Amino acid sequence: MSFTVELIISVLLVIGSVFVLIGSIGLLRLQDLYVRLHAPTKATTVGLGSILVASMIYMTFVQGFFSINELLITLFLVITAPVTAHILAKAAMHNKVKALERTKNMDLMRTAREQLPPEKNQDVK
Amino acid sequence: MSMLARLVPMPLHSFMLLIVWLMINASLSVGHILLGTLLGIIIPLLCAPLKVPQPSIKKPLKVVSYVLLVIKDIIVANIEVAKLVLGPMNKINPGFIAVPLDLKDNFPITVLASTVTMTPGTVSAEVTKDKAWLYVHVLNMPLDEQELVDVIKQRYESRIKEIFAC
Repeated sequence: MSFTVELIISVLLVIGSVFVLIGSIGLLRLQDLYVRLHAPTKATTVGLGSILVASMIYMTFVQGFFSINELLITLFLVITAPVTAHILAKAAMHNKVKALERTKNMDLMRTAREQLPPEKNQDVK
Repeated sequence: MSMLARLVPMPLHSFMLLIVWLMINASLSVGHILLGTLLGIIIPLLCAPLKVPQPSIKKPLKVVSYVLLVIKDIIVANIEVAKLVLGPMNKINPGFIAVPLDLKDNFPITVLASTVTMTPGTVSAEVTKDKAWLYVHVLNMPLDEQELVDVIKQRYESRIKEIFAC
């Protein structure tokens, strides 16, 4: 394994770990449930993505064959992560979980709960 | 022919199951191909009654460019969210917006909602029953809400509409 390959793998691993760490920090620091949802769904896609790419490069150069499992993991991750986030947000809204005081358009939570279109006086068309 | 059609109601799905099975096992041995074929026949047979007709992809090439666009946006989103997460908390102004939907079918709406969740600072939170509105939670609300609605509609929804040609 040449130095360049090692370097690429290391850089990808570091980037991945940093993003996963940021995702966890976000989960800890952010202040309400809706905002918290953003950290793990976003920060972990690139985090896990680059770790998987690093694993793929490593397997290709060390084991000598193209490892395809990582592609599948990425695919399943991309399909399932948004669904989980959507269901969590939806469940929170229907259970009337309180949002931060300064959240804008708070009344949209009520119309969404009642399956109604947003009210007319909103500046959304 | 009808016998074959009854045995394999969803040929594309059967083929995909076989491919995924071989990918999971990372092998091309006869045993795995046989087992994968068997699973590819049995699972669609069990799932066929659950199937709801969905619009098919009309322009496969557009899918590739759409996926690349979304990957690019995901990377940008990650950096933006990372900055917000590490910065001062009182700078974050969350909010909700409602996006009017032009798409009518479940599958395209699912693709749009998933894309919205994966990209810059937005999580889709609810689709109304009449499929007319997509409610979205925004991590950091820009001053002009309408602009964000337009971005979602033009950047993603119009492309999805082209892909499914509906």
